[in-house]
Amino acid sequence: MNRFVLWFHRMGSPPTFYAFAERWRPWFLWSALAITAVALYWGLARAPDDYLQGDSFRIIYIHVPSAWMGQFIFLAMAICGFVAIVWRIKIAEIMGIASAPVGAAFTAIALATGSLWGRPTWGTYWVWDARLTSTLVLLFLYFGVIGLYRAIEDRRKAARAAGLLAIIGLVNIPIIQYSVYWWNTLHQPSSIKVTKMSSTIDPSMLWPLLAMAVATKLYYAWSALSRAQLMVLEMESGKDWVRELAGLPRVASPSTDTPREA
Amino acid sequence: MRPGTPSTAALALLRRDLLLLWRQRADALNPLLFALMVATLFPLALGPEAGMLSRVAGGIVWVTVVLANLLSLDALFRGDAEDGSLDQLAVSGQPLALLAGARILAHWLGTGLPLTLVAPLLAYMLGLERAALPVLVAALALGTPLLSLVGACCAALTVAMRRSGILLALLVLPLTVPVLIFGAGAVEAAATGGDPSAALLFLAAGLALALPLAPLGCAAAIRIGTA
Repeated sequence: MNRFVLWFHRMGSPPTFYAFAERWRPWFLWSALAITAVALYWGLARAPDDYLQGDSFRIIYIHVPSAWMGQFIFLAMAICGFVAIVWRIKIAEIMGIASAPVGAAFTAIALATGSLWGRPTWGTYWVWDARLTSTLVLLFLYFGVIGLYRAIEDRRKAARAAGLLAIIGLVNIPIIQYSVYWWNTLHQPSSIKVTKMSSTIDPSMLWPLLAMAVATKLYYAWSALSRAQLMVLEMESGKDWVRELAGLPRVASPSTDTPREA
Repeated sequence: MRPGTPSTAALALLRRDLLLLWRQRADALNPLLFALMVATLFPLALGPEAGMLSRVAGGIVWVTVVLANLLSLDALFRGDAEDGSLDQLAVSGQPLALLAGARILAHWLGTGLPLTLVAPLLAYMLGLERAALPVLVAALALGTPLLSLVGACCAALTVAMRRSGILLALLVLPLTVPVLIFGAGAVEAAATGGDPSAALLFLAAGLALALPLAPLGCAAAIRIGTA
């Protein structure tokens, strides 16, 4: 069997997944923190001022990576949902749901920093700009996924339903974004002056941005894996490997799927 | 008993749903009354000034229709999920997507179509430009099936719950943003002397996309809920 396929199959087993997450989690966290520290220092202190916006443009190093992550994580969630529905892999269900709060948080950060950025550049915290509106709708979609998961009692059913909603949402995201752009240009052609940066960002401004994009992905990996670990423990509590992990003696648990002796 | 073909099964389901609709026709009237009342709230809240009302009339009618449609969605699979018919449909061996499509069609005939027919009345109450009335009806004729299709997927996702309550709105409303934008956009364009055909074509394109996909999503959701 192909090595990757083998790895993929092994990851379907909760104890293997738990061990994998335990091993890689610190690496993700520390590399994310290190890259963030360097990139933010460079972006906030060393990169030159924008000739138009002065220092206020520096929020880009938080805002843009967060907005990217908001969309990236939704895609990841939908892929997990697809895997969960097609192959019924427990870990995919868990990873999808573990991603949702992280994605919602990044989307909320993108909205908050965007409105803070809008104040000095547009003169207002909120305008019904196409991008702002579609990001807001994206946040609502995240809330829908999380809300659906919370509302269904059966955890596995809940995770699969939330995954399907993520897929439906993913199909709709481009349509929503397109329609919102269309709506905005229909109603107010040029009353908002979005201070578009020139198509070529200076390299000294660009690389901290790309570094932040990498750092946020590493952070996401850490955060989602940590959440997934907890959910795995919760779901598998009572199983032998979890008891062993907690330092408890093994027991022949009465509720497992092994058939009782007649 | 002879096993039915997919088309006879879908037709039987459609006939049953329409019969139920007819037997409970007073209930079927509720979305219309709701739409009428919501449309009455807007002049009360915004003031009776005719010029302002006629400017926002198209948008109000669309919001009203979206909300009325939303309220009717919870009942779409709820009763069948509670008495077990939904499980029977899922294990019947017939293509579930087709059955879901029949259910959605019945829902549209019971909700979307009457709303489309009553919309000119609402629009007239609010003083929408006469010229925009045909466009409003055309946009609703294309948009309300879309609302039913998208809404049915979300309603099917909530069948595993005891009560969907406000959550259904949270799921449905973000997904209906494009329908609202293009629907209200078409009316707005017609009322201000523009060309509504672009928005209408977008609605038609959305309908063409959702018609095959939404029943499939709906069936997948039902399988998750009843598994």
